[in-house]
Amino acid sequence: MINGAEIMVKCLQAEGVEIVFGYPGAVICPFFDKLYDTDIKAVLVRQEQNAAHAASGYARALSKVGVCVATSGPGALNMITGIATAYMDSIPMVAITGQVKSDQLGRDVFQEADITGACESFVKHSYLVKDAADLPRVFKEAFHIASTGRPGPVLIDVPVDVQQDEIEEFVYPEKVNIIGYKPSVSGHPMQIKRALDILSTAKRPVIVAGGGVLTSGAKLKFREFVKKTNMPVISTMMGIGTMPSDDPLYVGMIGSHGRKAANKVIHDSDLIIVCGARVGDRAVSSPDQVAEHTTVIHIDIDPAEIGKNMKTNIPIVGDIKNVMSAMLRDVEYTTPQEWLDSVEKWKKDFALPYKRFDGYVEPKSFLEKLSGMMRSKAILIADVGQNQIWCANSYKMSDGRFFTSGGMGTMGYSVPAAIGAKFARPTRDVVAVCGDGSFQMMFNELATIVQNGLNVKIIVMRNTVLGMVHELQDVHYNSRYAVTELDAFPDFRRIAEAYGIESAFVSDNDEAEAAAQKMLKSDKPFLLVCNVHPGTPSR
Amino acid sequence: MKYTLSVLVENHAGVLSKVSGLFSRRGFNIDSLAVGITEDPRFSRITIVADGDEYVIEQLEKQLNKVIPVIKVRTFAKDEFISRELSLIKVNCPAKQRLDIMKISELMGARIVDVSVNTMTLQFADTQERFETLIDLLKPYGIREIVRTGTVAIEKDSVVSRK
Repeated sequence: MINGAEIMVKCLQAEGVEIVFGYPGAVICPFFDKLYDTDIKAVLVRQEQNAAHAASGYARALSKVGVCVATSGPGALNMITGIATAYMDSIPMVAITGQVKSDQLGRDVFQEADITGACESFVKHSYLVKDAADLPRVFKEAFHIASTGRPGPVLIDVPVDVQQDEIEEFVYPEKVNIIGYKPSVSGHPMQIKRALDILSTAKRPVIVAGGGVLTSGAKLKFREFVKKTNMPVISTMMGIGTMPSDDPLYVGMIGSHGRKAANKVIHDSDLIIVCGARVGDRAVSSPDQVAEHTTVIHIDIDPAEIGKNMKTNIPIVGDIKNVMSAMLRDVEYTTPQEWLDSVEKWKKDFALPYKRFDGYVEPKSFLEKLSGMMRSKAILIADVGQNQIWCANSYKMSDGRFFTSGGMGTMGYSVPAAIGAKFARPTRDVVAVCGDGSFQMMFNELATIVQNGLNVKIIVMRNTVLGMVHELQDVHYNSRYAVTELDAFPDFRRIAEAYGIESAFVSDNDEAEAAAQKMLKSDKPFLLVCNVHPGTPSR
Repeated sequence: MKYTLSVLVENHAGVLSKVSGLFSRRGFNIDSLAVGITEDPRFSRITIVADGDEYVIEQLEKQLNKVIPVIKVRTFAKDEFISRELSLIKVNCPAKQRLDIMKISELMGARIVDVSVNTMTLQFADTQERFETLIDLLKPYGIREIVRTGTVAIEKDSVVSRK
């Protein structure tokens, strides 16, 4: 005989899970108790939301399903923000929650919350398991759904009695068969041909790299396509890292917070190839206007994204890697030099300005310098706010990764995601960049870093205000700084000291660079606090 | 414009809430929704009548397709389907009006399913348009209560096979 909790653990083993991030509670105890006997590492975070962010960082760094676990009621509810963050960025994740006894469901008992109901709009799929015998099928399906097609979080809610119930034996299904779930991955050959035909007539083409390119593992194919066609590239925030930052064909990030040159290229183009991107409002503010004068080819594995935000002339539903390979085989196109010259000119004309203040670090030039100090394949994780925009536009890399909460814009993402990424890639440099606002949302996770001896580096851009909104108030609210000033300011170095973490406080770029060198050389966690002027603009 | 969609789903608990939740969340306006088990007990069919333009209906179809237990979504082309809805109509009916209402119901093809001293209840299964006509005819007598199901629809083979 085998009980539900042990089945759950065996399912995780069968899926090759090596680590889960979680927080216990009464009704998930049977599961954690069985997990205790295995090689699967259970990492205790300090708040459930961060379990989901850590699983997300882990998933992104390894291209593998991340697993997070919480108890019923408040535990599960705390995790929602992390699940929704993963959903918006298409991160493969399985979230497991304990639930009150099945015969008490719906009676509002202690720590009961309808978590499958509450998460309905933030998950790719969810299960409330009522019978221990269903667990193997449910887990098999959950991992399959989370990791295939357009990836996303799947929630499995397991009542405590189901974890305790016993069945005869554990058999893990070899295959899944979900009638309503068969994602198209190959890309229709006719559509690909049509796309190439229309491309051959283009005079001012541009290709857009979205997060889907990286998710699909199509980075190299994408670069090959760009090289062969000599086409200018712009990326969305989620697509950063697809191209080496210093590639002459790479223009930068698009959007309201992106490079002006990138937006200019989009607006003046006569053909856009959108790859694995949603064309979200922050990327293209008036897609209809753009679509009026240009031809749009949209490649995405999720048909619902094609035509949702931008009119599309040629939709191609499929995995970017497959579609790119097929296009590469037949493409004969070379981008006209005249167009490339204009793009090059805009890149120079619209270079990012720096605004320096005495006694403060200028974050953009510092981040550029930091890029050069990081080792190959480093992972930089930006939080949300001005720090995110500074990183997105100024951090340079050729083969590293850039993670951030792109869709949901969840403050407090960076450090827990860095924890997950470091577990996934222990030998790589993992640096989280956050603001003083976001840091104060999650610095409880310093404990997780210390407890697990993780060599995670944290850079706090300390400008004593909630910078992004502060800047918005400058522009739109007559500089009335309603509720954006972080008064009663804590000494972050002493917080680091309380956790036994080494730290530095720097107030100009030379100091910052020297401290960053020291930070990256150390094999221990490090907190680097950069004094940034509140008037430093995000762009 | 009104569109009729036929959605085949797995017959599990919670599927209807996944589908109906989609409408409010994505801001789709629906006129009616009817659900029932199919000839194969593993599946249910949901018939949806929705209001919107081509863009809205295309989005609705695509979003429905993303719901894992949704197996197939079909939007019926105009004139390619038969649709019916069932209604129960309780009308004021003192003895002297009985004959009138009986005539109306015979004319329209409604069935009388209950009679009391002061009321009569009709059962009517037809198109929405015919329902409106029946209501117009009954209004002068005083309608007490109307209960309607959502529209159900099925493909018209006689038309489709000819194409």
